[in-house]
Amino acid sequence: MNFYIVTLIKTGLVAIVLLTFCAYLVWVERKVLAHIQLRPGPYRVGPHGLLQPLSDLIKLVTKEGVVPADVNIFYYLLAPFLSVALALVSIAVIPFGPVVEVFGVQTQMGLTDLDIGVLVVLAMSSLGVYGLVIGGWASNSKYSLMGSLRSSAQMVSYELPMAMAIVAPLLIVNSLSFREIVAAQEGFNFGFLPRWNVFAGPFPQLASFLLFMIAAFAETNRVPFDLPEAESELVAGFHTEYSSTMFAAFFTAEYASITTICCVASLLFLGGWHPLWPAEYGSDLVPAVLFAGAALILVFHGAQAVKSRMWDRFTFPAFGLILLGVAALFLIPALKPVLIPLFWFAAKTGALIFVFIWIRGTLPRFRYDQLMRFAWLTLFPLAVANLLATGLAVALTTK
Amino acid sequence: MDALLFLTFAGIAVLCGINLILQTHPISSALSLVGVMGSLAVLYLLLGGAFIAAVQLIVYAGAVMVLFVFVIMLLNAGAERKSSKPAVRAWISLPLIFTFVILLGGLIASRAPADAAVRFGEFTGGTAANIGRALFTAYLLPFEVTSILILIAILGAVVLARKEI
Repeated sequence: MNFYIVTLIKTGLVAIVLLTFCAYLVWVERKVLAHIQLRPGPYRVGPHGLLQPLSDLIKLVTKEGVVPADVNIFYYLLAPFLSVALALVSIAVIPFGPVVEVFGVQTQMGLTDLDIGVLVVLAMSSLGVYGLVIGGWASNSKYSLMGSLRSSAQMVSYELPMAMAIVAPLLIVNSLSFREIVAAQEGFNFGFLPRWNVFAGPFPQLASFLLFMIAAFAETNRVPFDLPEAESELVAGFHTEYSSTMFAAFFTAEYASITTICCVASLLFLGGWHPLWPAEYGSDLVPAVLFAGAALILVFHGAQAVKSRMWDRFTFPAFGLILLGVAALFLIPALKPVLIPLFWFAAKTGALIFVFIWIRGTLPRFRYDQLMRFAWLTLFPLAVANLLATGLAVALTTK
Repeated sequence: MDALLFLTFAGIAVLCGINLILQTHPISSALSLVGVMGSLAVLYLLLGGAFIAAVQLIVYAGAVMVLFVFVIMLLNAGAERKSSKPAVRAWISLPLIFTFVILLGGLIASRAPADAAVRFGEFTGGTAANIGRALFTAYLLPFEVTSILILIAILGAVVLARKEI
């Protein structure tokens, strides 16, 4: 019985955190893109537009859901549901930290740990294409159909180099379970260089990591591979005919799959929740120092508030106080084994997600024939070569 | 719990299979086939074949069927007309199907030893490591022969596609 209660609590917690995170990811993306383009970005709703996701949510839910004439209604409604469900499922096999003891109950951070965790993520990401394909086809519109045709060709093509890039670190670690993969990357070479798959092993997986990230951009339909929704040529691609909650479902699915794939990348290649440098050199203090530093910056800016924004004198130090409280949480010995790994995992995943947004603000879109050529003639051979080299290195060094 | 899951997903598989034949539109049929494959994956999972279940999803549902759907959408195939069959055919074929199913069930019940029945949760040799070991030791020759066969098929497909371009 205890198991069911703990699992229920964890599932609820993960679902709430993931969905809130996805909503705020939209805010972060708009802000980062805006700052790349020297604009302030969302600024009106709440301080620095912080309540923007909430207002977007209210807007999307209360809007009228227009169902165009001549759509295949069953598949039209099934597609967004399928899309968001398949995107959210794979978070279930992702661990966020080590096995910990909370209130006397020993539990793992993360919902479940399967022997075939990596395969489940691959399966869900390859099934995710159905949401796009069915949606585009059922919409009965040429733009939607073009978008979904492109997406099915693109996702099938890029799955190959992605799977090949994943296999290489698996050869080194010799397991398909995320927990064991992370456990194999514990420790440091020469006392300071982390034994992550990108650095260590018989064959450093840097090439494999880059290949995986490039394929991940294509799998999640992001710039520079966002051909399925290329707005300059296809209006909005596969979700042209969708509005209201159904559009929100596609949107959530996209951000949930970005989050999942960044989690997978940091687990497979960047050592999961293991810190950047050993705890003897004070890596445990990093989160506390970071949050306290942010608090100091806020207090400093509050003291320099200009006359037209006098309320900054109170709001900035108030937020600073909250951040100081967060910093203090990282110093409590009872919470340390839970929070410190969580911080490192979130920091790595967050950094990768930032790269996703950064690339969106930097690169233009590929042409469609370039995209397919790149997948089959560049990415795939490179992934195979990397796999062969890794296999040879592993075969020569084991036993 | 196992029996409940089995009945649910076996039922979904059968329903999707029937739907696959009844639908007139190719896309609906293809998606029903995806439903069959997905429920089969759950049945494999119930039997302890976790690796096979994942591969079933990745290869069949995630790659083969996506290509099917892709081709159907690319050719923009519309709904097909149902050919008008004489009603006698339905009256004869239905009892024949039932007889066939009963005969098949009877044959399996009489031939298969009772103690060899499959029980959920008993089989634990379905992990990736088990299957890898089996493929690369006991079944090495069939495995390699199959891989060469698939290689020939790929080369043939490339050659055939090249001629048309």
